[in-house]
Amino acid sequence: MTVTTVDKSASALSMTVVADFAASPERVWQLWADPRQLERWWGPPTYPATVTSHDLRPGGRVEYHMTGPSGDQPRGYWEVDEVQPPHRLTFRDGFLKDDGTVNSDLPTTVALVTIEDRGNGQTRMSIESHFPSTDAMEQLLAMGMQEGMRQAVGQIDAILAEDLAAKV
Amino acid sequence: MHLLPNYDAMFGALADATRRDIVRRAIAGAEGVAEMASHYPMSFAAVQKHVAILERAGLVTKQRIGRRKVVQTNLQALLVARRLLDEYEELWRGRIARMTDLIDETSEPSPPKET
Repeated sequence: MTVTTVDKSASALSMTVVADFAASPERVWQLWADPRQLERWWGPPTYPATVTSHDLRPGGRVEYHMTGPSGDQPRGYWEVDEVQPPHRLTFRDGFLKDDGTVNSDLPTTVALVTIEDRGNGQTRMSIESHFPSTDAMEQLLAMGMQEGMRQAVGQIDAILAEDLAAKV
Repeated sequence: MHLLPNYDAMFGALADATRRDIVRRAIAGAEGVAEMASHYPMSFAAVQKHVAILERAGLVTKQRIGRRKVVQTNLQALLVARRLLDEYEELWRGRIARMTDLIDETSEPSPPKET
């Protein structure tokens, strides 16, 4: 398991995942910069992604679709803001309608990726996601179900109990 | 499987710092709206409005305790918010596991260590 920490804030609608890899920053950057690699990890196994356009420059755009078990093909895009290979990438992550235009009914998530050399061949990647609204979260719920890895409610209760214990 | 809360109202309500603070205070369920209002540099009416928004979103309820009415956080609704984030976490854990597999697949075999 390379995920080192996950920091979630229900009230701030944000989440930060930190992961360590036994690879160089350049190698980790390729996961994002090479569309063929990106499509091998972006979608869950039941919804593999196909990247159809990949312009990783400030103001550039990445487009993809995912193919579901029943042949459904949800489409998405990134609007790239900052690109500093191999250390920093920020983009807005949104959805497209069937005709390829932006689906403004589904809101965008803002993602900030940082990649840093930790020495000894270790690289730390952190991904900070900000959800502007509720619809984003609702949609993530659907993605979570695709992933098929839902946590037991009891577990969440325990996490919440800790939160409350800390706050009260 | 899920309760069907109004996510729009819920996260809209939580997008405001004062309202988040009210939700936090109301976990104890000990204060009425007037007591709540004393904590914030704003009018009673303004705080009352915030509480009403939280109430509509299902995040707090007003409970009658004797002759008083206290504002009480609805923990079930907070759990739903929490669960959505948990599912998002699983999505990213899956992605990072796949990233790790990709890196392992392409990495050069490590040179034998000299001892």
